[in-house]
Amino acid sequence: MHYMAEEWDIEITPRNSLFDLKLKDVWHYRDLLVLLVRRDFVAFYKQTILGPLWFFIQPLFTTIIYTFVFGSLANISADGLPRPLFYLAGITAWNYFADCLTKTSTVFTANSGLFEKVYFPRLIVPLSVIVSNLIRFGVQMLLFVLMMLIYWGKGAAFHPTIYILLFPALLLLMAMLGLGLGMIISAMTTKYRDLSFLITFGVQLMMYLTTVIYPLSTVKQKYPTYEWLVEYNPMTSIIECFRYGFLGQGTFTMLSLAVTTGITILILLVGIIVFNRVEKNFVDTV
Amino acid sequence: MAKVIKVENLSKAYRLGEIGTGTITKDWERFWAKTRGKEDPFLKIGEVNDRTKKGQSNVVLSLKDINFDIEQGDAVGIIGRNGAGKSTLLKILSRVTAPTTGSIKIKGRIASLLEVGTGFHPELTGKENIFLNGAILGMRKAEIKRKLDEIIDFSGVERYIDTPVKRYSSGMYVRLAFAVAAYLESEILIVDEVLAVGDAEFQKKCLGKMGDISKGQGRTVLFVSHNMGAIKKLCNQAIILNNGSIHLNGNVNEGINAYTKIHTENKSTRYKNNNPEKGFMEIAVEGENSEVRSDFGFDESISFRMRFNVKQAYLSGNVGIKVWDNLERCVFTSEMKINELIDSAGEITTLVTIPEMLLTPGDYKVSFALHLPNIQIIEVIADVIYFEVVETGSDFYEFNGADLGCIFVNCQWKLVN
Repeated sequence: MHYMAEEWDIEITPRNSLFDLKLKDVWHYRDLLVLLVRRDFVAFYKQTILGPLWFFIQPLFTTIIYTFVFGSLANISADGLPRPLFYLAGITAWNYFADCLTKTSTVFTANSGLFEKVYFPRLIVPLSVIVSNLIRFGVQMLLFVLMMLIYWGKGAAFHPTIYILLFPALLLLMAMLGLGLGMIISAMTTKYRDLSFLITFGVQLMMYLTTVIYPLSTVKQKYPTYEWLVEYNPMTSIIECFRYGFLGQGTFTMLSLAVTTGITILILLVGIIVFNRVEKNFVDTV
Repeated sequence: MAKVIKVENLSKAYRLGEIGTGTITKDWERFWAKTRGKEDPFLKIGEVNDRTKKGQSNVVLSLKDINFDIEQGDAVGIIGRNGAGKSTLLKILSRVTAPTTGSIKIKGRIASLLEVGTGFHPELTGKENIFLNGAILGMRKAEIKRKLDEIIDFSGVERYIDTPVKRYSSGMYVRLAFAVAAYLESEILIVDEVLAVGDAEFQKKCLGKMGDISKGQGRTVLFVSHNMGAIKKLCNQAIILNNGSIHLNGNVNEGINAYTKIHTENKSTRYKNNNPEKGFMEIAVEGENSEVRSDFGFDESISFRMRFNVKQAYLSGNVGIKVWDNLERCVFTSEMKINELIDSAGEITTLVTIPEMLLTPGDYKVSFALHLPNIQIIEVIADVIYFEVVETGSDFYEFNGADLGCIFVNCQWKLVN
């Protein structure tokens, strides 16, 4: 018996190794992920009259307002596309990213009641946020496709291109980017609450640095000095590619997409590492 | 028997005070010290966590160098006062928070129940919540599906199972939540004091179920409670925590006895009047062997030793005690004529004793008075002396949390028809 090595299933130590991402644990809890998504969805429309219809209303009204303010009043170019389609494409994609980011960034503070009482891989919660938002995004895409069909019938000038096939990859990129940034911020908000105030208006500011209400081609023409600010924003090439795929207008290169992919993967990795590091002790500081 | 939990040199430090301003600078100093391989400047090991005393640093050790092993099939009661470190230990064992130093090794699946109904969503129905809560506790969906009927049956809320839980009474809520937990299939189960809610009948059912778990199925149970009756009934081992350290680790009866004796010095059991002009000089709570303490078993008598000065003018007065329960209700008053104790002015010491098996388990406080009845109140000493009657295995544990009065009366019951 003396030499029998003791075998333990779980070891609780002050810190985990930096790259132990506990993905096996996450896999074990995959049912929880599904149930959390279901919970979010059910809780969203319970006791509302319009229910899931609310998913439509927000992008629709934003589009109308953008068309009026940035289109008619400010007369910013829309790359020659029908303005509502141009804005809706940007809003739909941007909303998914922004929702993922803001919802993930409050994971620790919003779920502290749960996290204080029971262990499960915390990564499940941000992942469930991403998937929940996917449902919302799906509904909004439906609206977008509907609009496309309406404009198609009216004979508007736009032509979907082969790049439409990149759509799943773009979606994945947006999810990963939102998740990664959100997790980094959520990890930091456990100690410094200031960031939670920053995030709502930070996301808004970031939208103006992304090509949601203007095309990249306009920036290149009019403000070549500041062009890098917009172009190095990873969301820009995603949205430009998204527009090019669906509407046939957009400025991006395969290189810029590759750079975006690289940055996204890096941010996601940092996000998971930071998140796993904080989850062990955040209960003490939250 | 095989060891299933091994705790080694476990400590947990908490920062006191506000976290906010100054956090960044301190984090930076800490980081700087670490990168140079120095000790954390804010972590002064060795300071005892005693909430009643002012400490040097603003870091306290909630757990201090804890070591113990738990064997398979043991039911271990973790006992300690508020702030002794029980909750911290459970949190670390349940992996809600990480230790500051040391490690815990665990064999087998572990499930913890620090709260019943964790993650219940008010808008979801009972059945949906069973699935959600089960999944949070680590069950797979198929596993829950298999046990669904049993869980619903155990909860006894079958009629409401498709109703959102926000419409449940709090009792039904607890029943449903505990039912889910009762069917967890883990080798180790950690239970915090979650049975304080719910009605007596259901509490009994839960205790029975937990007894099955540890005795029948060879599972290991860690159980935290203030309820000594429940601990005595369920557990065979006890670990007593005191100020973050292990005071005793042994069999459950030893543990419960030791528990009632410790912490006496932290409770206000002694009073010394700094200005003994009027009368009272010293007061103390004592047990049967004249030892000062604050915790008494239900079957022990409780005495108050009072030293006071009687002036000539007050010889015709009374000395009295008044006992209050934790709801600030006066339980009873007892008075004595001073001239029946002595017949000339001077300093005297009296001992007044509350008989055993009279006060039901709970917290009490006592006030002391010297007065001339209906004429003058000479001195009242209030809010300085406290004591507790502790549950030591009488039938009262079933009534934990329910207000059933503070006096135990051994009434006569007989069948007349």
